[in-house]
Amino acid sequence: MNPATVQELIWAGVLVALAAFWPMMSNGYWLGIGVDVMMYTTLATSWMLFSGPTHYISLASAAFFGVGGFVVGSGMSDYDASFWSMLALSAVIGGVLAALIGLATLRLSGVYFVIFTLGLAEMIRNLVSWVQNNFLGSRGLYVLTDFTDAHLYWMLLVTAGCVYLLGWIISRSRLGFALRIIGGDETVARHVGINTAMAKVILFTTTGIFGAIVGAIIAPRWSYIEPNQVFSPQLSFFIVIMALLGGSGRLWGPVVGVIPFLLIWNWVDSNFPNQSILVLGVAFLLIVYCLPHGFVGRIEQLRAYKRGRS
Amino acid sequence: MLDILVSGLLLSGTYALVAMGLNLQYGVARIMNLANGEVLVLGALAAFWLYTTAQISPILTVFLVIPVAFIGNWLIYRFLLRPLVRRSKSQGALEVDSILATFGMSFIFIGIMVSIEGGFFLYKYLSEPISILGSTTSLNRLVAFLLAALIAAALYIWLHYSRPGVAVRAVSVSTEASGLVGINVPRVSALAFALGGTITAVGGALISTFITLDASIGVVFTLKALIIVIMGGVGEIRGAIVAAIILGLVETGVATLVDPGLTLAAAYFIFVIILLFRPQGLFGRRAV
Amino acid sequence: MYRRSLFGLAAALAVAGTSLFAQDMIKIGAIAPKTGPLAGGAVVTQWPNVRLWVEEVNARGGLDVGGEMKMLELIEYDDKTNPGEHIKLAQRLATQDKVDFVVAPYGTGFNIATAPIYGKYGYPMIAVSAITDKMEELTTRYPNLFFTLGTTTAFVDGLKEIMIEQRDAGEIGNEIAMVNVADAFGIELADRARELFGEAGFDIVYDKSYPLGTPDLSPVMKGAKDSGAKAFVAWSYPPDSFGLAEQAIIEDLDVNLYYSAVATSFPAFKGAYGNKINNVLGAGGTDVDNPAIAAYRKAHMDITGEVADYWASANTYASLQILEQAIVGAATLDREVVTQYIKDNSFETVMGELSFTNNFSNTFWSVGQWQDGVFRGVKGSNVIGAVPVRAKSGWSE
Repeated sequence: MNPATVQELIWAGVLVALAAFWPMMSNGYWLGIGVDVMMYTTLATSWMLFSGPTHYISLASAAFFGVGGFVVGSGMSDYDASFWSMLALSAVIGGVLAALIGLATLRLSGVYFVIFTLGLAEMIRNLVSWVQNNFLGSRGLYVLTDFTDAHLYWMLLVTAGCVYLLGWIISRSRLGFALRIIGGDETVARHVGINTAMAKVILFTTTGIFGAIVGAIIAPRWSYIEPNQVFSPQLSFFIVIMALLGGSGRLWGPVVGVIPFLLIWNWVDSNFPNQSILVLGVAFLLIVYCLPHGFVGRIEQLRAYKRGRS
Repeated sequence: MLDILVSGLLLSGTYALVAMGLNLQYGVARIMNLANGEVLVLGALAAFWLYTTAQISPILTVFLVIPVAFIGNWLIYRFLLRPLVRRSKSQGALEVDSILATFGMSFIFIGIMVSIEGGFFLYKYLSEPISILGSTTSLNRLVAFLLAALIAAALYIWLHYSRPGVAVRAVSVSTEASGLVGINVPRVSALAFALGGTITAVGGALISTFITLDASIGVVFTLKALIIVIMGGVGEIRGAIVAAIILGLVETGVATLVDPGLTLAAAYFIFVIILLFRPQGLFGRRAV
Repeated sequence: MYRRSLFGLAAALAVAGTSLFAQDMIKIGAIAPKTGPLAGGAVVTQWPNVRLWVEEVNARGGLDVGGEMKMLELIEYDDKTNPGEHIKLAQRLATQDKVDFVVAPYGTGFNIATAPIYGKYGYPMIAVSAITDKMEELTTRYPNLFFTLGTTTAFVDGLKEIMIEQRDAGEIGNEIAMVNVADAFGIELADRARELFGEAGFDIVYDKSYPLGTPDLSPVMKGAKDSGAKAFVAWSYPPDSFGLAEQAIIEDLDVNLYYSAVATSFPAFKGAYGNKINNVLGAGGTDVDNPAIAAYRKAHMDITGEVADYWASANTYASLQILEQAIVGAATLDREVVTQYIKDNSFETVMGELSFTNNFSNTFWSVGQWQDGVFRGVKGSNVIGAVPVRAKSGWSE
């Protein structure tokens, strides 16, 4: 992953400012899609912050998202806490959890890391269910607030902007430089004296913090929090897939993966309501075959083509 | 105590059936098959449908499933997955591509199955109590266990004592080196993928006799298979068997002695601990 | 001139024709799982009833809305048992498809998630598969939300009453073995049950939960058996209700009262276990001898080819009947008027006469029992046709 340019940052800032007007322009349905776009963009970008430079595919996103949702749900439903305090708490817990997971996974690589994160996320899911069953005695977690989709959209937009900014800063810092070397060849990085362990843990912690924040923000939208829904592994897979569809190597890759993915999903849902899953699978296969390096790959190809022609 | 041993071992049989297929597909053909669970459910659907409409015993269905699953999986590898293998320049790229492609495949399978049967595959076969060493269990689980043991043994013998089997093992160690010594890697990979899919489908048919499945539950089995394969070490059939046994015993032990609510948490905990101390899995090789 | 007037006439007819055609249909939106963990239940209880209702109404020529006969047009989506997906589709129904009315979702969580959205656009939601103790708070916040299947407390109360009766009759003692699935539904019910059973003097000697999707329930059943309790209660979901029954048969569980929650009332439950599950109690119930119910069940079989379940199927159909009668009675498609009509009137349905007080309908079955191949209602609220409870005796054919 190359260091992001100032030009990119300016573009990003412009896009964020423009995106802020979306709730004014769209009605309920497209605003809802916008909320989804913001949610997945944040999750996929914060995932990419870690997995892009290190090439480690993490399937732990659901654990962080679930923590955010559960903390808000439990806090507001059982302890009458405020949304904002629970949001802050979930970010902290998400970060700590991620740091612990990061430390635990230091010796793993490749597919072992991937499935390890998956196993961890599943373990957390079952632990939380068990704790809720035996100790919290809660009667279903109701998160009933007055937040509208517009509020959630702006909250997520701000979060997405922060993730991108963080990624931009890191990519231009020494940490980012270290990460690029790690991604190139980890043994070399270690021999050059880079504290690979620390770098990986720090990055993974940011994934956890942002994942939890997104989960906390979405909780009011779902209104009823069930551990098995909010810790669903399907979410981890979708985030990875959207990020990979976008293509790795660029910080804006996830955005370019999320939007078409959600649009295609939406198109299939509307036109094939009775066979949406089947058609989505076919669409998926088509994308994989036609876009070997994701959308980023295609876009870079087009750029190179244009440059070649000029 | 005996209850834990017996039930735990029988559960291991179930888990072994779930994981052996993926072990072949990932360990040899290098395909991270996220549609593995759906293939299992397809086998189950066949058993359910044939039993409820034509009263055909699931044991017989197993024999019908074998050729269909083999050919089907072979075709999938040949036409859907081989292009990905050919164009990927690294193992990592192939993994990414196979994750995406098999994810799409899993959706297609779910869609097909739901249109055949949208509800639960609810039937019971051989649901008779049987006493093993004083511990009560059901006949269908015992049959599944015995067949799992049979398949595992046959697979082990084939892998270690037959020429194609040795070729398969060679490919699982290194595709380049195997190619260099004259092994037809694409053909061996297709064989491994097809064989893996067949074992999984057979496992599904057997499992459906005592677990009520439905079209959407495949992902749960994929997750379980992934955990077992990684825990045992990729590409090692012994690893998958040992991992299945450990998980079966741990889950049953925890359910009986501690709390049934902690079974999955305990299973994943063991998985996490094993990987922390042996990052390549129980029988895995250190990454080259 | 002649041509112009002919053209004008044709144009006028065309316009009148299309507008007549457009006015003919009432758009009904329905979102429920067709894939995902809850699909197995929705496919039995929800979807067939939606299809049955729409077909029957259209066979009659549609609904009479203020003198005009209008047919129903069904727009259905698969929410894949995903809350985010369901919310998006609900917004689609409201703002893109602009449906006139919606069928309430399947599952407590989905009803609560969509209540704000449907409320914003004024859609009345006559919820069936939504069981909660927070009805007051929810209906104050979402005045468009109606509940028909009872509260969590009522759900547990029905069973508690039976247990007290059985204890008085000497069939069971004070000890109960209770298990629940570790899902919001099971956790809520178990939690409430501990309170209510405790108050009634029962002692829960085996109290465990198990994760959703546990493949081997034999440790749970063995534990329950070892506890020696004569009563077994499971707050379970479809896959585990089936699994627990199988284990009970294998272990020959010696109880005089056996209860499992959801899906015990599925026809397939009897199909798989035959007479072994005679006298098993489960959530729900219905009075198959009631002529309205019998006619409904026959129509269900004839039109959808599936057997209705013995619990929420009838309620789901009744909720659609309420919607139908409210539209006809209010003689308009104006959702505010129709919602008010639902609040103010009573309705003649397959469940008898239903009406709402504070958005809550107090007529529902809570517990049923398999008796000689039929799952009959034994306990409920404001229902008639309850039959006496029988004690369980053995698991043989």
